[in-house]
Amino acid sequence: MKTSIRIIFVMLAGLLLNACSDKGPYTQGVYMLLDTSGTYTKELVQAQRVINYVLSKVKPGDTFAVARVDTASFSEKNIVHKQTFEDRPSMANQQKRAFRDSIDKFIKDVKPSAYTDITGGILQAVEYLNEAKVGQKTIIIFSDLKEELKAGFVRNIPLQLDGFRVIALNVTKLRSDNVDPREYLDRLEEWKHKVEAGGGKWQVINDMERLEPIFEG
Amino acid sequence: MSNSAFMIVESAFLSGLIWFAILVVVMYFARPAAHRGILSITRLLHNAMRLTALSVMKAEHSLQERNKEVLLAQGREAAERIIEREFERVDATVRKDLSEYPGLHRHLSEEITNIDEDYKQSAEVPPNPPGWVKAVEAVANIPAKDDPMVGNILEDIHNSLKKANNNSIEEFRKASHKRHMYLKDMMPHWRKILTVLGQVDKNVNSLLERTKVIDRHMDDYENIVRKTQRSERMLSSSSLTQFFIAAFVLAIAVGGAVINFNLIARPMSEMVGGTSHIMGFQTSQIAALVIILVEVAMGLFMMESMRITRLFPIISALNDKLRVRMIWASFTILLILASVEAGLAFMRELLMQEDAATRAVLRGGESEIVQSSYLWITTAAQMGMGFILPFALTFVAIPLETFVHSLRTVLGVSGVAVLRSLAWFFRLLGNISRHLGTALVSIYDIILFIPLAIEHAVKGKQSSKGERTAKAGTF
Repeated sequence: MKTSIRIIFVMLAGLLLNACSDKGPYTQGVYMLLDTSGTYTKELVQAQRVINYVLSKVKPGDTFAVARVDTASFSEKNIVHKQTFEDRPSMANQQKRAFRDSIDKFIKDVKPSAYTDITGGILQAVEYLNEAKVGQKTIIIFSDLKEELKAGFVRNIPLQLDGFRVIALNVTKLRSDNVDPREYLDRLEEWKHKVEAGGGKWQVINDMERLEPIFEG
Repeated sequence: MSNSAFMIVESAFLSGLIWFAILVVVMYFARPAAHRGILSITRLLHNAMRLTALSVMKAEHSLQERNKEVLLAQGREAAERIIEREFERVDATVRKDLSEYPGLHRHLSEEITNIDEDYKQSAEVPPNPPGWVKAVEAVANIPAKDDPMVGNILEDIHNSLKKANNNSIEEFRKASHKRHMYLKDMMPHWRKILTVLGQVDKNVNSLLERTKVIDRHMDDYENIVRKTQRSERMLSSSSLTQFFIAAFVLAIAVGGAVINFNLIARPMSEMVGGTSHIMGFQTSQIAALVIILVEVAMGLFMMESMRITRLFPIISALNDKLRVRMIWASFTILLILASVEAGLAFMRELLMQEDAATRAVLRGGESEIVQSSYLWITTAAQMGMGFILPFALTFVAIPLETFVHSLRTVLGVSGVAVLRSLAWFFRLLGNISRHLGTALVSIYDIILFIPLAIEHAVKGKQSSKGERTAKAGTF
């Protein structure tokens, strides 16, 4: 009788601890999309700085993934490097260094793509971050936001971005934007509408010296 | 409801006046009942407030009595502890000195015997002059002094006598020297006796001092037992002083604990992980806090077992063997935890270096950051603090005990002050309500000044008419 009471007590204590101990709501997941189309590949050096900044800010238990945006971005193959950092800070530091090396290698060897499937990349990001079960979900789009789809690709799909923050970084002005700036503004407005219609929060950061808002959700 | 419902005539002013007149008439007829009503309500309020104030005063009084009892009980206990301790000291002194007493006595006896022997030896009489001196005297008294034979004999006798005298003086000197030597030998014995007696005097004086201290404490104790006002005042002020001192020391200890926490919280994440949370707090932080609290608890147990504090009577009541075991057990746990903390402090330094290296890599620099040659000083300081702080926290038990004991008095005094203020407030409310009744009655009459003036005039006329009638009847 006494033993059974003890077992019940231990089980209850275990349940209580399990209920109390939770890492989900306190972690954050960042998914960064790198535009590799055409001339934008020149901007990837800037992206490297952003990635290093994110790596310096993420904590043990957080998730960070970097994926390329090319002709067909809705694919796991497009993920350049993904990592959920270890609980132990020393291990997490080692993983950060490995992450950085992997990105360096990617940027050195990257080849420009003919098309830009940003929506596919966002769909992949949503899927990945939902699976990662993180508390705060952020998608960073490092692109000029000019989407160019290959013939036959269907991307007019409503996005499900409830609980997501979508940050457009370094949205450069194209030559045509200079001719008619409305094109640039319309492009930004169109993406803002798309994201907010899906329930997400939209933000644009063009100053690469002030990246703090990425983690000020 | 619109305002038009109140418009009796077209002019709002006239309507107002009419309504006022109606109100005045109604109030005039209801005046006696209204007066009674106002006065009874305010009287009711006054009585209720008075009763409440009385109850609060009673509560305050009983709390004060209870405070006094607790204060005196605490004071009595403290005085008993002090007296007990003083008696223990007296006991230790007496035990120590009495245990040495047989040896001391023997020592003194030996010294005295030595002195006695030396004295006896020093008192030996010097040798007497030889016996034939009397015969020489008889020869010297022979009348035929002019006879050369007699003169020669006397000369010889004189020479012999001189020689004998010299020998005697020499012997006397030797004997005197010997006696002086005996007396000289007595000096160290005297000195020894003086030292021993000085020690005895010191011990006796220390005992006398202790008895004076005990007398003083006993006086205090008797005052407490007699429940005198003086002892109560003394204990109360002493409690308040102790409360503030203990609070100050505890605040310092909390500062130490916070530093300790910061030393071990970060490296703890290496042990328990840096992501899990319990009730909104990081598990690593909770683990660090638990370690510090366990250290404080061990310190408490150690102090209790050493009978320095008396927060847990059950520990003080344990037999000596168990208490000693408990001291060793708590000390061992404390030592292990202090070593763990020193290790964690070292790990903290390594993690900081690792973080700095990673940041340097991410900034685009080299992975090897410049190592300062003085880095070992901070590492050693952190390790030292990690090791020492747990032991320093052990002493928290002493101010904690004082704080807990004096807190009761402070809370009691505060409670009495609050209750006294409440009683005063209720009395004030009661008085206000009583005077408010009279004021409301007067205000009521002010509104009715026109009908009251008319009533006054009518009554005046009636009374003068009545007087006149009465006078006519008289005539």
